[in-house]
Amino acid sequence: MSSANPMDLPGAPILGPGHTLGTVTDKIGDVVLTRKTPRGWLGGFAIAFGLLQLMLLAVVNLLFVGIGVWGVTIPIGWGFDIINFVWWIGIGHAGTLISAILLLMRQEWRMSINRFAEAMTLFAVACAAFYPIFHTGRPWVAAYWLLPYPNTMGLWPNFRSPLIWDVFAVSTYATVSALFWYVGLIPDMATLRDKTGSRLLKVVYGMGALGWRGSIRHWHNYETAYLLLAGLATPLVVSVHTVVSFDFATGLVPGWHATIFPPYFVAGAVYAGFAMVLTLAIPLRWYYRLQDFITMRHLENMAKVMMATGLVVAYGYVIEAFMAWYSGNTYEMFMMKNRMTGPYAVMYWCLILCNVVTPNLLWFKRLRTSIPFLFLVALVVSVGMWLERFVIIVTSLHRDFLPASWGMYAGTKYDWAAFIGTIGLFLTLFFLFVRVLPAISMFEMKTILPGSGAHGSGGEAEKAR
Amino acid sequence: MSAEVATSGLYGLMAEFRGPHEIVAGARLVTEKGYRRVDGYTPYPMEDLSEALELPRSVLPKLVLGGGILGCLLGYGLEYWSAVIAYPLNIGGRPLHSWPSFIVPAFETTILFAAGTAVLGMLALNGLPQPYHPVFNVASFAKASRDGFFLAIEATDPKFDRADTRRFLESLHGVVQVSEIEE
Repeated sequence: MSSANPMDLPGAPILGPGHTLGTVTDKIGDVVLTRKTPRGWLGGFAIAFGLLQLMLLAVVNLLFVGIGVWGVTIPIGWGFDIINFVWWIGIGHAGTLISAILLLMRQEWRMSINRFAEAMTLFAVACAAFYPIFHTGRPWVAAYWLLPYPNTMGLWPNFRSPLIWDVFAVSTYATVSALFWYVGLIPDMATLRDKTGSRLLKVVYGMGALGWRGSIRHWHNYETAYLLLAGLATPLVVSVHTVVSFDFATGLVPGWHATIFPPYFVAGAVYAGFAMVLTLAIPLRWYYRLQDFITMRHLENMAKVMMATGLVVAYGYVIEAFMAWYSGNTYEMFMMKNRMTGPYAVMYWCLILCNVVTPNLLWFKRLRTSIPFLFLVALVVSVGMWLERFVIIVTSLHRDFLPASWGMYAGTKYDWAAFIGTIGLFLTLFFLFVRVLPAISMFEMKTILPGSGAHGSGGEAEKAR
Repeated sequence: MSAEVATSGLYGLMAEFRGPHEIVAGARLVTEKGYRRVDGYTPYPMEDLSEALELPRSVLPKLVLGGGILGCLLGYGLEYWSAVIAYPLNIGGRPLHSWPSFIVPAFETTILFAAGTAVLGMLALNGLPQPYHPVFNVASFAKASRDGFFLAIEATDPKFDRADTRRFLESLHGVVQVSEIEE
């Protein structure tokens, strides 16, 4: 058997001791079903919702005036909008990785983090979608060149363009992620339906649960569907960031036109995503006292994945620099020299500091198991990945082939308002999610309880006891 | 429910088991005894229980394969039709049928249709959404989504007999209680 029993492995357990089916249900379900909204939640939500208003301001102004309110000009036609798009969509990737790839690899420690990581994916994709849609300036007009539908002009999208691939990849990704998330929620909503005392909530969760009754015949199809979805989401998630990287790699701009881009982008996405999962998991487990479910083992595993993908990203930086030199191409060499010593050199070196130097501190177990330190590293990595996209996009565009067409770029206050606004959107959605839906999958947690008998004869977890 | 308590008003008999191992052992005996219209209700999926009840393999993978193939054909067909027939455009001198570029969207529609089939197919095979089901009439059944393990033998089973089946269920190891399920 390839599936090593998680309970056998050395290190901290993936579930605190003394839990039964009932306590798992109560501990996770009560976070949602408690009558009184906790004060801390209200405070956090107020801040998030406040930030969201900045987005409203940014959008209204953008639609009234036009995208001239943003800092993008020629030669830098892609600024904050694409930087933030790539940043957000990358963050989403960890959710799918945890829910799909780790499921296929039978990594049972994923059970307590997959639900909110999937929610994070959905919200991050929503934030990401905001940018290209509004970068079109007039989204309702742009529909006909983004989506294939029979319009009165008889026009069809150009399927040879990576930007159309992006539309297909991102919209499929959003749809499949939403399906995966919802399918996972069906049994848990049935649990909430049966648990709540309120008539209204019974109806609401009952509708969400679609009449789920836990029939073994249903579970049988359900498990098959869940595995199939995981198997489908795995190539999908790899394709999404690959396609995002094609937006750059198929162009001729020095600094973009590189074959390393797809794997390097995918690794970067997972890296940024795990940083965001840690950023959310650490306060969540602390505030709702979920330390029994999201244990040190989870945090440490996530730190390890983050470090491993961080090393792949670092390799990408090295290859980028090496290839610029090895190509012998004047423009490529200039691009790299300009990145390292030009007007945006500070950002490049900050990026190296954030993404190459910082994650290597996680080699030390002392640091890796220090929660405040992990939280700090996760934030630094998020900043680093934002800088990476800034460096790739802006330093490549601002000085290309013709010195006569060089320029400089900086985001305007509306760029920042939109960016901070999407952070507000992300947090607002996340706060709402934690309040109304179980942030940890109850039925999956039950399968890893010792003696649950969920996996084959007698349950492996139990044999180990 | 209503006053008519003949066998016609009975959906079946439901036994509540103490734990997962008891229900699997019980389900084996129920299958051995020849009952076929049997269903288990558990808070999480249990492979052992599916095996004990000798459930056939799910047909879902075949449906999903079909959905994926359909998605691929539709996606590629749309690209071919729009780029070659409906709106031919010369983009950088590439052939109208530039198949390497068409792979990516066709791949995405393949995944989209396959995933959609997986979810809708699962719901269809399970007969969901279903607003009413008799098992919910059993008072203790709310536990099935929490920590209860239930096994129901339906009244439509040819071997079903109100008294005999009840006695049989009560004789199984680890049964907490046996209740009648009203229609």
